[in-house]
Amino acid sequence: MQTKPIALTILDVVSIIVLGISTYLALVFAPTEAVMGDVQRVFYFHIGTAWVGLLGFVIAAVAGIAYLITKDMRWDRFEVAAVEVSTVFFFITIVLGSIWARPAWNTWWTWDPRLTTAAVTELIYIAYFMLRQGLEDPEKRARFGAVYTLLGGLSAPITFMVIRLFRTIHPVVIGNASAEAQGGFSMTTDMRTAFFFALFAFTVVFIDMIWHRLRLGALEEKVEQLKLNVSL
Amino acid sequence: MKNPTPSFFKAMMAIVRKDLAAEFRSRELLSAMLVFSLLVILIFNFALELDVKVRESVTAGVLWTTFAFAGTLGLNRSMAVEKDRGCMDGLLLAPVDRSAIYFGKAISNLAFMLIVEIIVLPVYSMLYNINLFQPGLLLVILLGSIGYIAVGTLLAAMSVQTRTRDVMLPILLFPVAIPVLLASVKASSGYLNGADFAEILAPLNLLIVYDLIFIAVPLMFFEHVVEE
Repeated sequence: MQTKPIALTILDVVSIIVLGISTYLALVFAPTEAVMGDVQRVFYFHIGTAWVGLLGFVIAAVAGIAYLITKDMRWDRFEVAAVEVSTVFFFITIVLGSIWARPAWNTWWTWDPRLTTAAVTELIYIAYFMLRQGLEDPEKRARFGAVYTLLGGLSAPITFMVIRLFRTIHPVVIGNASAEAQGGFSMTTDMRTAFFFALFAFTVVFIDMIWHRLRLGALEEKVEQLKLNVSL
Repeated sequence: MKNPTPSFFKAMMAIVRKDLAAEFRSRELLSAMLVFSLLVILIFNFALELDVKVRESVTAGVLWTTFAFAGTLGLNRSMAVEKDRGCMDGLLLAPVDRSAIYFGKAISNLAFMLIVEIIVLPVYSMLYNINLFQPGLLLVILLGSIGYIAVGTLLAAMSVQTRTRDVMLPILLFPVAIPVLLASVKASSGYLNGADFAEILAPLNLLIVYDLIFIAVPLMFFEHVVEE
């Protein structure tokens, strides 16, 4: 196995730097929101993590299809990497949202459509890992995993549409919020800077993590192969 | 393969006939699903204290929870039987399209679920004095069951091959089937509470969309799930 590529080391450093800048922008640079106060600052990372969380699930579904067509195990590793990283980011989104909701909505959790969809999506991907754990044959694991990410990737948006039939209080900062939304606000220029930089920063961190996870997957496979050779 | 359509249909119907014949001789699955459904309703009765006021608002939810649980029971069993007795390998060896096997299994699973629903509905109507025999509601139940079984049959084929197969199916199925259950509950309670048709139309449309998507997906990917 080759040593860690230099490009990856550079990306590690860049990730840490952009995450640092993004933290500064979110916590210091961006103006304090008039009504909600400092707790609104959660918003920048909330959207940042949500963006990469959902991005990863889409990537995983695409990788799943690619695997089923090519039967190349590299796609499977890519899919696992995307789901694993995204599940963690998406969990962070939910936790951050909860932290914001406590002062803004006066509750940690409510069965609001947006929150319910998020919880369901997270559960789909937890089920994905349980499915993989229950299968020993790596080839079968890859096939079933691919089919399940595909089902999950299709089901989550439909859940989102179904749930829109019920009313939402979750604010929509970009685009039109529903009339019942509570805790919405409009962004100033400085807020916008912090917001878009957070999106950028988390995308960089996301790519970095996927890369690490891909290397880990390749190493895992190598170890498995070596073990097999020894036992033979 | 001069004319693939009749052989596809024949293969599919042969599987349906086999499942139904086996079931009507043993009555293992149907009796288990039925008794289970009645027990779930009984438990809800105590858990929610279904008095007249509560009943109106929760009937749709109680019914769909019952159907979903009973459906899981049936799906698990119908696939486990194939796996245990090596029937699945036999089916796969047969020179028929894999999707014919999927549709055969899905149709017989749907038949079992509908039979259970046909018995549960009048019992529930009688016990709780609610008229459940409205054409609209029956349509929703049919559409909901189709979507649930379509995706459930595919996932059951996967879950029986895992190490923890008895617990795996609900874990895989419920989060993916939430849209169909939500839309069904919404549409059912709309009919039960006499809502405007315009209000019911949205969940009804989503049910149809869900059904189409989750019939099309297994059609494409079922072979990836069963091949060894």
